[in-house]
Amino acid sequence: MTANDCLARCRETGCTLGALSIRMEQEAGTSLPDILSRLDDMLRVMEAEAENALRAPVYSVSGLTGGDGYLYENYRKEGHSLLGEIPALATAYALSASETNAAMGRIVACPTAGSCGIVPACVLSVSRARKIDREKVLEALACAGLLGMLIDEHASLAGAQGGCQAECGSASAMAAAAIVEMMGGTPEQAFHAGAIAIKNMLGLVCDPVAGLVEIPCIKRNVGGVSVALSAADMALAGVTSRIPFDDAVDAMNRVGKALPSALRETALGGLATTESGKEMRKKVFG
Amino acid sequence: MGLFDIMGPVMIGPSSSHTAGAARLARLVRHLIGDDIRRVTMYLHGSFAATYRGHGTDKALLAGILDMPPWDERLRDSFALAEQAGIEYEFIPTDLGEDYHPNTVKFVAETSQGQRHTVIGASIGGGQVLIREIDSLQVRFTGERPIIICRHQDHPGVISGITTLLYEARINIGNMNVDRDRGREDHTAQMYIEIDSMPPEGLEHHIRAIPGILNAIILLPVQE
Repeated sequence: MTANDCLARCRETGCTLGALSIRMEQEAGTSLPDILSRLDDMLRVMEAEAENALRAPVYSVSGLTGGDGYLYENYRKEGHSLLGEIPALATAYALSASETNAAMGRIVACPTAGSCGIVPACVLSVSRARKIDREKVLEALACAGLLGMLIDEHASLAGAQGGCQAECGSASAMAAAAIVEMMGGTPEQAFHAGAIAIKNMLGLVCDPVAGLVEIPCIKRNVGGVSVALSAADMALAGVTSRIPFDDAVDAMNRVGKALPSALRETALGGLATTESGKEMRKKVFG
Repeated sequence: MGLFDIMGPVMIGPSSSHTAGAARLARLVRHLIGDDIRRVTMYLHGSFAATYRGHGTDKALLAGILDMPPWDERLRDSFALAEQAGIEYEFIPTDLGEDYHPNTVKFVAETSQGQRHTVIGASIGGGQVLIREIDSLQVRFTGERPIIICRHQDHPGVISGITTLLYEARINIGNMNVDRDRGREDHTAQMYIEIDSMPPEGLEHHIRAIPGILNAIILLPVQE
């Protein structure tokens, strides 16, 4: 299945990508009420994880990270943020979700645990600021899932295979399309947003300090959010990606394969092997 | 891959393979051995041995032994909960050899009756798990489909007795393995069969009634 196949099906029936994604899940044998209730359960977990680390500092199990969501939220609430309402809220949510993950809290892997902050941060900040109906938000999550399926089929969602572009890059593309869907954009626009997001995350390496899902993962979730928001905003304005989504995914696949193993979740390169990175590893594992 | 393979699972962080998969794996072991585990030693291999502390793999494994699903928020308190439940536990980093997946655990569990069971399994990515060995019998149990495990006399006709029962119930076999008990005098063999649909009530009983079958159990998928 390709983005082009999806667009053809959307044109046939006049449906959105989210509705198509739900229909495909029905065709695979799950009932509509079951699908919607699973999506709703997920959304509830996302709502909790997005705010969990904002009210009080939350620290990771290793002790290497934590407290940044709380710090940022206070700054944002006092009105100091340079970003507008939605990007600032999304930044806070992404920090909270990722810190919650690192602290052994409950999260939704979407597509992975390490990139779990991007989709909820984008979907919740936009839906809350623009008062989007819950039903529409669930469809947007299904839309995000559909882009994830396409990337999984033609590239990879695993940092160990494709680097961070496969995790935070994919999440960013999924989130960008979900935003477009919520804001009433067309399926074509949703794929343009996804393609732009992938292009801006292309080549990102996976180089976690001490092999833990913390540094730089937590702040890379915020990076993924910024990319998703700007990609969605451009697409909604009518900006198109000159490289279509299917080609962007193909590039991501080839770039992932070209990445040396040291930069694919082995903690043998990049930030993991900096002086400070090595020191932190020693602190945790001796 | 369907929608919910991409969106989800709902889980306790930080890692789908090192935390959620570890909890699922240990929970399968719990379901294999029963709720009577008093003592469990977990030998951690490969990446699990190297990074288990930072990913909470140890807490997740013990949570699974306590029958917690991977999204249970009590997971991070599993050490204290195990002590309350009177379960002794130990984690030992080890090297099981190159044949094993980097995220493998060898569980050695003892029940209150003093029975000892060894199960080897791995967290193979994205929260998926695979049990490779149950009391020295080679298996491929993912916890998604039912499996039949039995010991039988090593002579012709016993296996066809089982497959006939399955055929009559219109159950398809997805995977199977037979292994002779080497070094034993009593000419027995062990077998496991993975089946594609739920077994009808009484199937376990009917299998045990086949001449030559010494023991049989059916493991059902773990409901999450």
